[in-house]
Amino acid sequence: MATNRSKRPGFSRRARFGLFAGYVAAITGALVGFGLILIAIFDPQGFSSIRGGVSDLTAPVSSTGRGAVQGAGRVDDGIGAWWNAGRQNIRLRNELTVARRRLIEAQATELENRRLRQMVRLIERESDIVVTARLVNSSATSARRFATIFAGRGQGVEPGMPVRAADGLVGRIIDTGRSASRVLLLTDRSNIVPVRITRSGTPAFTTGRGDGQVDIRSLEAGSNPFERGDVLVTSGTGGIYPPNIPVAVIVRVFGDTALGSPLANPGALDFAIVQQSYEPPSEETGLAEADEISVADDE
Amino acid sequence: MSRLLAADESIALTRVQLALLPSVSVIIGSLVPLIPIIAQWPVLPPLGLMVFLAWRLLRPEIWAIWAGIPFGLLDDLISGNPLGTSVLLWTAIMIALDMADNRMIWRDYWLDWLVAAALLVSYIILAMTIATLATGGWGLEPLLPQIAVTVLLVPFVMRFCARLDRWRLSL
Repeated sequence: MATNRSKRPGFSRRARFGLFAGYVAAITGALVGFGLILIAIFDPQGFSSIRGGVSDLTAPVSSTGRGAVQGAGRVDDGIGAWWNAGRQNIRLRNELTVARRRLIEAQATELENRRLRQMVRLIERESDIVVTARLVNSSATSARRFATIFAGRGQGVEPGMPVRAADGLVGRIIDTGRSASRVLLLTDRSNIVPVRITRSGTPAFTTGRGDGQVDIRSLEAGSNPFERGDVLVTSGTGGIYPPNIPVAVIVRVFGDTALGSPLANPGALDFAIVQQSYEPPSEETGLAEADEISVADDE
Repeated sequence: MSRLLAADESIALTRVQLALLPSVSVIIGSLVPLIPIIAQWPVLPPLGLMVFLAWRLLRPEIWAIWAGIPFGLLDDLISGNPLGTSVLLWTAIMIALDMADNRMIWRDYWLDWLVAAALLVSYIILAMTIATLATGGWGLEPLLPQIAVTVLLVPFVMRFCARLDRWRLSL
């Protein structure tokens, strides 16, 4: 097929001017787009009110269909599960036996903990729940990992608040609208969460990989503190995330880094919980060995 | 003279009517991320741009050269990319295609697929680069499934737009 060259204006002055004006408009628009990107880079919160407004408009649309796909869970998870069914079955059975043993140990520890806490008269502060709401949609075409939660400023949600589920950490709020907000998921490549290993208390941090898993790095140079099956919980260091929310379980170890699988699956969640953002008590900040004290705050 | 002007106006009117269905299809494509799944990967192809491109390749006259600005703005608001990403990239694609049209002599099915695939893959990678400029975390691996799906889906979207086109012209 020969290409269509009918865009050539010929001798009509009006057509030529129209074409020229079109180019001017297009290039101006492209430059404005570039300017908007620059603003987004230097002032990430610059357009948060617009984003919040868009969430307000779109959340009801997505929310109507959310119930229907709730059972389906994570699409990619389902495909992967089919693919690895046999291997996964064996692995899961092995993990189950280990987990049962650990569970019994954990119950014993729990009991002991409670007794010890009563002894030292420390009262554990329950983190305050702001609101419980549904996650309704996500940035499924973008390289960033955002989800929309159907609760906003009207329910007391503010940027920076941590979002969790019963299973573990989901992410944190970045933009709020009146009735819906956007959540930066744990697996986004820019989301860094300070954690510690429950087994040893070693501090580390997780970074999202953008593909549903997280990278884990130790804060102690030259040590290999990770083992397969280690559970990571938030350490509370630096604020935002309150301590002791389960985050991920280590599935593979590469020397001093490791690959973790998040414990909460946002795709299968019924409800997510928005909590008050955590402010570490002033005397604790800066202490590396915060893990023993941070279990119970003395407020 | 007045009759001529009236004829001009009615042509303009039909142009708007004819562009209505394609515009609606692009907008619907851009609204696809609203489907209620919480994706852990970028699992969906950039359908708004795919439909936009398919119409452009099918009917080179259909969009004004600045059409990427309004459509791109809507896509940015929905997709979660920084505002301005699609405005810039869709307009750049329109200008690039316009320049290519003046140089290319032959076009066929495979060339259209190749052009669309090249533009879509560069769009996906550039959009990711822009999204990570402020926050860091540049990385290609999470995008590979999306890129594969997008490239394979190009002929289907083109076929779909051709169907819509036939229906539009028979209305």
